[in-house]
Amino acid sequence: MAVFGPTRRSSNPRFAGLICGFLLVFVVFVFAASASRDAVAGNNETLRNDSHHQTNSTAHKKAFPVLSFNYDHVRKPFEISLWILLALLMKLGFHIIPTVSNVVPESCLLIFVGLLVGGFIKAIGEEAPILDSKLFFLYLLPPIILDAGYFLPIRAFTENMGTILVFAVVGTLWNAFFIGGTMYGVCQIRGAELASVDLLSCLLFGSIISAVDPVAVLAVFEEIHINELLHILVFGESLLNDAVTVVLYHLFEEFSHAGTVTLVDALLGVVCFFVVSLGGILVGAIYGLLGAFTSRFTSHTRVIEPLFVFLYSYMAYLSAEVFHLSGIMSLIACGVMMRPYVEANISHKSYTTVKYFLKMWSSVSETLIFIFLGVSTVAGPHAWNWTFVISTVILCLVSRVLGVLGLTYIINKFRIVKLTPKDQFIVAYGGLRGAIAFSLGFLLTNSKMKYMFLTAIITVIFFTVYVQGMTIRPLVELLAVKRKKENKGSINEEIHTQFLDHLLTGIECICGHYGHHHWKDKLNRFNKTYVKKWLIAGERSTEPQLISFYNKMEMKQAMMLVESGNAAKLPTIVSSVSMQNIQPRGPARRRAIPSISKSREEEIRKILRGNLQKTRQRLRSYSRHDLLIDPFEDNVSEVRFRRQRVEMERRMSHYLTVPANRQETTPVRKVCFEPEHQVYTYDDSESPRGPTVQPNPIPPDAVSLLSESPQRPNQSGAQRTKVPDEQEEQDQLKLSRCLSDPGPNKEEEGDGSFRS
Amino acid sequence: MGALQSSPGQHEYSDLAEKTGFSFRQIGVLHTRFKQLSHNEETLRRDHFNEIPDLACNPIRAQIVEAFFDRRNFRENGEGTVQEIGFEEFLVVMSHFRPPSLHMTQEQRESVRREKLRFLFNMHDTDNDGTITLEEYRHLVEELLSLSETLEKNTAKSIADAAMLEVASISMGHMEPDEFYEGITFEHFLKLLNGFEIESRMNIRFLRMDTTTLCK
Repeated sequence: MAVFGPTRRSSNPRFAGLICGFLLVFVVFVFAASASRDAVAGNNETLRNDSHHQTNSTAHKKAFPVLSFNYDHVRKPFEISLWILLALLMKLGFHIIPTVSNVVPESCLLIFVGLLVGGFIKAIGEEAPILDSKLFFLYLLPPIILDAGYFLPIRAFTENMGTILVFAVVGTLWNAFFIGGTMYGVCQIRGAELASVDLLSCLLFGSIISAVDPVAVLAVFEEIHINELLHILVFGESLLNDAVTVVLYHLFEEFSHAGTVTLVDALLGVVCFFVVSLGGILVGAIYGLLGAFTSRFTSHTRVIEPLFVFLYSYMAYLSAEVFHLSGIMSLIACGVMMRPYVEANISHKSYTTVKYFLKMWSSVSETLIFIFLGVSTVAGPHAWNWTFVISTVILCLVSRVLGVLGLTYIINKFRIVKLTPKDQFIVAYGGLRGAIAFSLGFLLTNSKMKYMFLTAIITVIFFTVYVQGMTIRPLVELLAVKRKKENKGSINEEIHTQFLDHLLTGIECICGHYGHHHWKDKLNRFNKTYVKKWLIAGERSTEPQLISFYNKMEMKQAMMLVESGNAAKLPTIVSSVSMQNIQPRGPARRRAIPSISKSREEEIRKILRGNLQKTRQRLRSYSRHDLLIDPFEDNVSEVRFRRQRVEMERRMSHYLTVPANRQETTPVRKVCFEPEHQVYTYDDSESPRGPTVQPNPIPPDAVSLLSESPQRPNQSGAQRTKVPDEQEEQDQLKLSRCLSDPGPNKEEEGDGSFRS
Repeated sequence: MGALQSSPGQHEYSDLAEKTGFSFRQIGVLHTRFKQLSHNEETLRRDHFNEIPDLACNPIRAQIVEAFFDRRNFRENGEGTVQEIGFEEFLVVMSHFRPPSLHMTQEQRESVRREKLRFLFNMHDTDNDGTITLEEYRHLVEELLSLSETLEKNTAKSIADAAMLEVASISMGHMEPDEFYEGITFEHFLKLLNGFEIESRMNIRFLRMDTTTLCK
């Protein structure tokens, strides 16, 4: 996250110091303002009362108030906006100071800021807001979970589903009972003044503190970029243990009032677990399918497409919460179910919007959660008990380590790719606790022990986030854990992934047992034959996955090339290998035209045209904390861009034709352009493109992959000698596809733009 | 080693186990399957494979079956194809899909990777000339897309072209316009799929219990 910061921003320390100072002053001002609101509101009240009084008693006309102050009626939205603004300014501040954000994960810094703010508020005598559980569960948590669920890597998740489930269910149960039981034992120690804590309360406490928290895990793991397997193990566990937590929490809370738990209750608890988890998934799946079905019909109202995604998901969450089912699992199921169909249906812009908004909301939510956590720490009443707190922290660590070790031993017997001790260490170390534990603790009604529990929970959270969060990065480097490999979107890897899938399914058939691949294959076929027809609009429903992947990649490439004005900055592999080098040499260099469907072409055309018409485009890549800076942005100056734009428009209208019945080729990564003067001296016989489609004796024109020196296929005539000079000039401009685009104006241009 | 129920030829198994790395039980299960597929004959032929119903809907069925009869996969440095195979060859081909064991040195892991990638390479290189040409690659993509009803030959071609271009860019870097990229050699193939982690992906679970009644 912070890796890219330093390269771009000035590392001028004075500048950074200025910004920090400014922010601090602003913060102080903000809170002075909101703190003084009460005083002013009070004043306002009296003023109004007085004036009212006056108008009643005397009939004198009051002077018309030119400027009045009425804070009350905007108070709530004002405060909310102020908080969010503060949170985001803090986030901004961290990235300005590169040294700090490299060492300390953002969550730690945010909690620290929350502590400061809370301390400040308390110092001026105001009552600080606490992380209200309703606010947390209904507003702050869903965006984060939806973001995680929507972009869940399905392949890795399903391949490791067994392991994840074992960790989530059995691991959490083990944690809860071990911690609860041992705490009860600790509470029996004389002299600890904890005799009032009975077994059920301890078990309740254990169930709250045992669950790994998805928000904290995401916040920390996002920055260390470990390999996909470990990431999905820890993260998947944190998502799926919600069902266990919900059941245990409600079970123990119900019975801590009653005082006893019978066997029937325990059995009911087990049943409840299945109901909660499966019910949550079912609710999510239903809403997901509804969302996918709705998106099938949105082709005429593209603007509201993203809203459907968000609203259906949120409804899934809320509906699950109505029945006390697992809201998190419902949200995940909805996102997972919806995504493949929705993405096939919605437009490119809507897809970007969905992605962007989800990242944005989840980022804001996470920031707010951590700041509130800090504030609540300062605010809430605490009941510190050394024995309780210290033993909680130690027990959490111990039970996590034991749990992971024990479970991995069992799991490894069933896994094809075993988990190494290094993996186990990271999984154990990544068991962070976070705000969910705090909010659950806050919901406790038994106030006697509530504050003691809360203090212990906060301590554990602080410990895991600070100590484990800060040290996990150097540990990962020390242990040389495999990092996330860069996903370059290689078409070869996609081909081989599919090939491998089919190959392994076939081998399983030959071996004679129905394994993992067989069922996956069956599901895919069911999906293709029945489900896709219902949920995907138009002809996309029959598009094989390889082709959609290919199209997506091509579109990305097309956009990138159009937007950049400077070939040297392109992040793709710059090589001078071109189609010529691959095609087998033959007398007639015919190349087949990939006929893309018309609607696809329209889309691609629209994108290319749209990008031409804007003065500045930015291509951003997405990650949670970091919007990577467009590498081209620095170097594309207005003037040059405008000039290039004009040239490109002219060129596109000349060279791009619809590959309807031509022999002309448009394979991938082909760059098509000719020197400028040849445009005006357009001659049918020379150009390979012409109204008469004929076998082309001359090899077609310049085709090169982002090369600086496009090749002229045939040196014929004096015109060619002028070519090299022009090439330098035109180096800047590349087009990734020869497509027809009549240009921004629909009319034919006089220079002879041709369409077939 | 291990408690084998009445399995004949246990001394044979130890040879095979050493050669392929399977355990005795796994070999026993696979032997049962072999006999089931070959109708209790000694050798398997291509039409035996074609009788498996579940295999019929697999788009790359032909290549898979061919792989069993390809002598390059028998680990004897042979070449060409055979018409029928015995149990030993069957087992050797299957052993390419065995998962790597937990405790392996880096070199062992590397050699397992090479072996699996070699198997894939042999599957693509149908004419045995040591390179995967553009035609062969196109054929591969067409096969993969053959299940889709709306197959357009040109799309398959352009995908294959794109893939080939990528390989060439990665392997060769810079090429003069009149140079010709002959095809993907094994070294290029290795380089291409470097980040693919094939040793953890190209595995299936070999059971130690007999479940052959389920799938014909």
